[in-house]
Amino acid sequence: MSGIPQALDSIPVLGIVFQLLGYVVANIEFMSHTTVAVAIPITLAALCGVMCERSGVVNIGLEGIMLTAAFVGWISGVVAVGILGPGTQLPVFGITLPLLIALVAALLAGMLVSLLHAWLAISLRVDQIISGTIINIGAAGITGYIYSLMASQSAVGAGSFTAYRVPGDAADLPIVGWLINAVLSQGPIGLATIFVVIVLQVMLFRSRWGLRTRAVGEHPRAAETVGIDVVRLRYRNVVMSGALAALGGAWLSMEQTNKFDTNMTAGRGFIGLAAMIVGRWTPLGAFGAALLFASATALSTSLQISPPKGDLGSLMGRVPGEFWEALPYIITIVILAGLIGRSIAPAADGQPYERESAT
Amino acid sequence: MSGFGRARAAALAGRVKRAAIGAMRPVAEPLVAIALALVIGAVLIIVFSGLVAGHAAFDLGLPVAAYAALLEGAASPNGMTATLVYATPLILAGLGVAVGFKAGLFNIGGRGQFLMGAVGALAVATVVGQTQSSYITIPLALLAGALFGAAAGFIPGALKATSGAHEVVTTIMLNYIFVFATYWAISGPLALPGSPQPISVDVTTRNAALPIILGRDGHLGILVALVAVPLVWFLLYRTTLGFEIRAAGANPDAARYGGMRTNRLIVLTMSIAGLLAGLAGATTILGVVHQVAPGYDTTVGFDAITVALLARSNPVGVMFSGLLLGAMRAGAQTMQIQAGVPPELVDALQAIILVLLVINVLRRWLGRRSEGQRSAPAATVGLAQAAEGGA
Repeated sequence: MSGIPQALDSIPVLGIVFQLLGYVVANIEFMSHTTVAVAIPITLAALCGVMCERSGVVNIGLEGIMLTAAFVGWISGVVAVGILGPGTQLPVFGITLPLLIALVAALLAGMLVSLLHAWLAISLRVDQIISGTIINIGAAGITGYIYSLMASQSAVGAGSFTAYRVPGDAADLPIVGWLINAVLSQGPIGLATIFVVIVLQVMLFRSRWGLRTRAVGEHPRAAETVGIDVVRLRYRNVVMSGALAALGGAWLSMEQTNKFDTNMTAGRGFIGLAAMIVGRWTPLGAFGAALLFASATALSTSLQISPPKGDLGSLMGRVPGEFWEALPYIITIVILAGLIGRSIAPAADGQPYERESAT
Repeated sequence: MSGFGRARAAALAGRVKRAAIGAMRPVAEPLVAIALALVIGAVLIIVFSGLVAGHAAFDLGLPVAAYAALLEGAASPNGMTATLVYATPLILAGLGVAVGFKAGLFNIGGRGQFLMGAVGALAVATVVGQTQSSYITIPLALLAGALFGAAAGFIPGALKATSGAHEVVTTIMLNYIFVFATYWAISGPLALPGSPQPISVDVTTRNAALPIILGRDGHLGILVALVAVPLVWFLLYRTTLGFEIRAAGANPDAARYGGMRTNRLIVLTMSIAGLLAGLAGATTILGVVHQVAPGYDTTVGFDAITVALLARSNPVGVMFSGLLLGAMRAGAQTMQIQAGVPPELVDALQAIILVLLVINVLRRWLGRRSEGQRSAPAATVGLAQAAEGGA
């Protein structure tokens, strides 16, 4: 870096921006890969939120669903390995039989917890915020209870999925190589997430199910009069979407790591909620918001690992690390407050639906 | 003739029974939910008893041992003090959530408001405590905690009043912002000078520790919580502001039509809720924790929701449900030491109690289906209707 970049860097104030750009470019491989990885569980939680809230059910129990799935995935792996042995690894993604069983168990657990939420929120018309809060408290309590009993047992889980290895030719391509590597060198759950984002976006706005879901979320009474079973559709969406949040939980205990930890979701469900709002209740938007939030995390991690030099270094050194961690939440509040465009929820979001009695 | 008489007698008996149930319901429903939750908790203990050191699988005696230890930890002379100490922040923050419920506001921000209260108290201890006596430091620290908490509650209130941003979402987001703000404060401006690790000052060295008024560790904060109960009751039921809060919670449109400034009410109510949660944080730091390192966190914010729901947002009820949950938290330590049952059981029990409460388990039992009524406080029903854009 000499000549023109150097000259740009020394412009007052604006120079910092160029220095930051230079820093990001220099660390792009690490940062882009971290960004995509961190965004995966947030995106999955947000997609669960989008599916629920588009059909009119508020779900703040995302955190609890993820935590339950992460735990059930891990403990099912422990049990499966205990019965079947570690199993032989397939050549792709490091898939083994116990790992697959654990994944299925995690998804079922997430759907079961969602079913509880659906029953409370849709059938019993309990306040949906209370229902979600109960799920969060209960998931932390029950998984924490069993895990602290297991902690002394040094249990061996089913391991974890491994990442897809991008062929060297593609990763070394000029200009786009880093991007291909960042997006594709993920495990099966990570790759599935990107696929699900696109499918859900198309489904929500181009399919019959999507139209019905949005109708039920905006005006359930009108939807019912044209023959849509509001209660059934809401049930289906809430339970199915539970599998998405569960996938996020499974990512934590079976792809990012190979173990469970007390409260290992660490607020990812709530960031997912934020991503859903910032992404204006669309799958693509939620994914974008998750990437934005994750890039703040990636930047702060990168700043710690390889601190930049010069003015940028001294400036960044003065920004406390806590600021970067709080940034996603600050962005969400700013957007909610309408300072950067409004984000408006589906009209019937959170309202219990009572079928009109036949007269 | 006799058949007719018997039918009338049966109808009369039924009416008497229903009236009796109606009168007892506010007390009976939580008690039934708690009793049933303890039974379900016992099943949970039995199912996983094989994992407890020194116990066989499906050990039917373990729940008895666990609950006995829980009771001893909560009700022995020392345990009773511990119960009061644990109950103090739960009652204070529970009152905060209850006041919010009364106004139709769901304050999930207890965690952040508690931490801000802690920061306020620590700030006074850091700045004032070195030079002033405890007669000045302690009241100032409590006041600062209350004000910091109130400010933390004011923000979501003001956001809702000005832009309609739903307080549930903003308080959740603010919880995290305040968590990180707290860590920043205790590793920055409030850090103990010259310490190798980031840690706050120790309030006992700054004339700011609350005096012990009961037993070994029963601090003055207990009194603060017990005084707050009648004060909040008076506020809600004997002042104009309290009437407006309850009116706005029962029917916001009618309240607005009746000339109440509902936006001002939202801001005031959230500030009061934050103030009470902030006091919970301040008394906990000044009375129990004394010194805080980054990573410090609290479950009081969510426990307070359970407390308020169990009490149906009644201030006197909050005192009892706060004491009950405090007893469970106090007993959980003894339960772990004596029976090897992890304290997380209390969180599981809380969730089970709440589920049983919201599904009206007692009314289901008696065959009286809810008739548009829910056991969740009336104020929270229809909360979501006042959601985004409703200002």
